[in-house]
Amino acid sequence: MINKVLELLKEEKACQRISLPPGIKAKTSGFSLWYGSTKALKDINIEIKENKVTAIIGPSGCGKSTLLRCFNRMNDTIVSVRTEGNIWLDGYDIYDDVTDCVDIRRKVGMVFQKPNPFPFSIANNIYYGCQVNDMDVEKDEVVERCLKQAALWEEVKDRLSENALSLSGGQQQRLCIARALAIEPEVILMDEPCSALDPIATAKIEDLIHELKKDYTVVIVTHNMQQAARVSDYTAYMYLGELIEFGKTKQIFEKPREENTEKYITGRFG
Amino acid sequence: MVPEVRRAYLEELKELGGMVEEMGDLAIEAISLAIQGLVELDEEKVKKVEDIDARIYAYDRAIEKKGLNLIALQAPVAKDLRFIGTCLKIITDLDRIGRYSMDIGKVTQRLSGKTHMKKLVSIPYMAQLTMEMVDMAVDSFVEGDEAKLEPIYEREEKVDALYDEIFREVLTYMIEDPKYISMGTQYVLVIRYLERMADHACNIVERVVYMETGEMVEHDI
Repeated sequence: MINKVLELLKEEKACQRISLPPGIKAKTSGFSLWYGSTKALKDINIEIKENKVTAIIGPSGCGKSTLLRCFNRMNDTIVSVRTEGNIWLDGYDIYDDVTDCVDIRRKVGMVFQKPNPFPFSIANNIYYGCQVNDMDVEKDEVVERCLKQAALWEEVKDRLSENALSLSGGQQQRLCIARALAIEPEVILMDEPCSALDPIATAKIEDLIHELKKDYTVVIVTHNMQQAARVSDYTAYMYLGELIEFGKTKQIFEKPREENTEKYITGRFG
Repeated sequence: MVPEVRRAYLEELKELGGMVEEMGDLAIEAISLAIQGLVELDEEKVKKVEDIDARIYAYDRAIEKKGLNLIALQAPVAKDLRFIGTCLKIITDLDRIGRYSMDIGKVTQRLSGKTHMKKLVSIPYMAQLTMEMVDMAVDSFVEGDEAKLEPIYEREEKVDALYDEIFREVLTYMIEDPKYISMGTQYVLVIRYLERMADHACNIVERVVYMETGEMVEHDI
């Protein structure tokens, strides 16, 4: 009986939500994060637009990867991390006590700096997430759909049973993107996805990001400002844990409002 | 601390600006010599204008090459990109000013061996105003001073008014005596060139406004 009441209370609490403005997929409100006593994110307020690419730029250690990892609570695994404020996804607070991290990560996929395929076959890499999440999907269908979405199908369709580690770095990274797509997320976080790739592989990933935004909301952290300028619709500039400026990419790179942004993007410091 | 590679880049940006300034100074010298040549009907001065025009053209090519190299190699953004874009745009204006000075030189050559139908007063005055405008435009670029837009527009109105005034005056001479038609049409060409140079000076300051603020100056075509 008590369990039932607790479950009802949990459902009741989980249903509490705010209404985000139209076109806003996620939003942070006064969000701060500490690693132990070090405040790594300071009162961040940012709105992530739906079906757009948002780039986060800034010098090393400014908190851009930390912020990115907050959108699917990847920092939860770090013991000393403490947060304050809210991050709303579709109006739900993802840092709410009752929010299920696994649900969040199903909705918010992630691609890392270094390609990290599992030591399985290409097909099994993609299907793995579906299996773990008990998704009722046809393996062949999901493998083909995701590889096509990740612009990798034509290159690997005849070798789906080969080990994924036999792929080139660029192909491995696209496989990781395909793997992230398999669990049908709504948001894809990319943490410097091209930093380990050559220019051709980078161009393919950038083209892919353009394609992906039709169906997904993409947030990308990059050190490459030309890449941010090329692939994103909105750009956030961070410095020492603060969000200094956020705006349309064209405005940030042509006419930044803040002197600090101007100095960073023109290479006066960083 | 500014990284070493950016220091070289900033130095290059400075050099580019310096080249545009030198090109601007040459353009002003070209107008001055062209008008002196016309007033004195001195073909030696026309030759000097030709030399200056060739140097202006060489600057045009060198600045374009340097600007494009900077874009290709340094991927400039924000104010740096606006600065380089402005350099690449205004060298066309400065190059045109050099060409119009040459055109005035050609008028001088066509009038060679003749005497003016009257002492030239209004045309040198119009040229003086035009030179001041070009000088103001080059200063505005060098100092990054977008506030020169209104003063230059005011001067442009004066130049336009002088154009109308001189045109009417020359027309009356040509109506009175058809023998002045040949010379009168040459004067009309000169004031047309000066009026165009004044327009180019305005273009330059408009580009400086963009360079400094990121806002494009919209005006009636």
